[in-house]
Amino acid sequence: MLFKFPKSSDCTESDVTPESLYLSRRSVLGSAVGVIAASSLPRWASADDVARYPGVEPGKAPAWFNEKLPATRWGAVNVKDESITPFKDATHYNNFYEFGTDKGDPAANAGALKTEPWSVVVDGEVGKPGRYALEDLMKPYQLEERIYRLRCVEAWSMVIPWIGFPLSALLKQVEPTSKARYIRFETLQDPKSMPGQRSGFALIDWPYIEGLRLDEAMNPLAILAVGMYGRELPNQNGAPLRLVVPWKYGFKSVKSIVRISLVSEQPKTTWQSIAADEYGFFANVNPTVDHPRWTQARERRLPSGLFKPNVRDTQMFNGYADEVADLYAGMDLRTHY
Amino acid sequence: MRFVFWRCAVFIAAAVWPLLWLYEAWSSALGPDPGKVLVDRLGLGTLTLLLITLGMTPLQRLSGWPGWIAVRRQLGLWSFAYAALHLSAYLVFVLGLDWSQLGVELSKRPYIIVGSLGLVGLLLLAVTSNRYSQRRLGVRWKKLHRLVYGILGLGLLHMLWIVRADLKEWAIYASIGALLLVLRVPAIARRIPRLKGKKAPSATKA
Repeated sequence: MLFKFPKSSDCTESDVTPESLYLSRRSVLGSAVGVIAASSLPRWASADDVARYPGVEPGKAPAWFNEKLPATRWGAVNVKDESITPFKDATHYNNFYEFGTDKGDPAANAGALKTEPWSVVVDGEVGKPGRYALEDLMKPYQLEERIYRLRCVEAWSMVIPWIGFPLSALLKQVEPTSKARYIRFETLQDPKSMPGQRSGFALIDWPYIEGLRLDEAMNPLAILAVGMYGRELPNQNGAPLRLVVPWKYGFKSVKSIVRISLVSEQPKTTWQSIAADEYGFFANVNPTVDHPRWTQARERRLPSGLFKPNVRDTQMFNGYADEVADLYAGMDLRTHY
Repeated sequence: MRFVFWRCAVFIAAAVWPLLWLYEAWSSALGPDPGKVLVDRLGLGTLTLLLITLGMTPLQRLSGWPGWIAVRRQLGLWSFAYAALHLSAYLVFVLGLDWSQLGVELSKRPYIIVGSLGLVGLLLLAVTSNRYSQRRLGVRWKKLHRLVYGILGLGLLHMLWIVRADLKEWAIYASIGALLLVLRVPAIARRIPRLKGKKAPSATKA
């Protein structure tokens, strides 16, 4: 954006304000969206990073993440001929209702989330239940970069380079019993750091619950992500551990996971409880089944310009039909939406 | 014309927002999905202007200042203008000018139907807002323009169907709307105190 002439007085990367401070500064500015957008520009332009992707704001990664990152298999899964959504859009325009219902709320409010130390409870129908510290949970796995399309149920989409590992690897590690048929995920409930959970008008019965059928969870495309754009997950994108199931609408990919349970009955998910006619358990991306309030046949690929709207046709299973269609053989996807 | 300066100030205050938002969208300050942001803001703007319009009569009763009534019609027309822009932005940025899809939306989606009914209502009030219609319709004009209360209800329902996870914002709009309607119940309207500006009877009648 601006010409840059490095001087001896220039800031180095270590001088950059920690993200949490930077984000809390932003939250002070509150809802003045224009002010936030304008004030963030100079910092983005001056953050001198040697990142894999342009414009990535450096974070403060936990030690275990930094140890694992060099061995990452970069680009293990990629998309063809589709450009990756800019980091700023993927991190400043998303839904994470724990931090507010506006698309900018997660970025503005998630600075207060404490992601270290973090532990995950694994329970239910498993051979090795327990509460695992995240760094211990992560030990056996090599990180992979998976560049996936993300299709939101609200008819917008992005392409995001996640860093994570297959969910199936974790499942093998914790040894599901023969009774386990579904997997249930729970997001952190912490009203102190999550303003959305403090709202007295929220229709969501916290904590946020999501689930998969066990064979869906075992599909190689389903991953648990700990990073994106070559760095650890920013808080607003579900740090430190989230699910990514690219053939389903985004709300299935539960964020900031604190509990993983193997269960015998289909779990009642959050959005099903609020509006079962709009959000089914499967929630597979399907252009032929409309949301009651809008069509799912097309999507706005973001960033989308005002007078050059980037609208494209939505693909069955978000373009992952070859990998996942078998899971639903013989099922009527109009009733099991 | 009375209150020329006041009327112009209201005009500018109402006109400036869509221009500012367009500028923001152009300078990419509205994020990666500016069309959607514009649609949402224009919709909320419509509702806000409708509430402000309905606030003019109680304010006039309360303060006795006739300036409130002087801008009431203009504000109502602005509410219609925002609604028309809201629809246009929806057609261009959300539907991408796909007219066949508009037919589908109009026949299948209750919130779109309710919103459209509200807009048709506002259109009806806008085209009959001139003096000619007032004279022509006579007593019926007042009855017709009571339609605005129903339009407010449609607008709030339209918004309620869009809000999904947190009702706070909607509850604020709805309670202001409810208050403004309650203030029109004759038994309550009569009791609205006049805070100041009570004309001394002798001054005018003498």
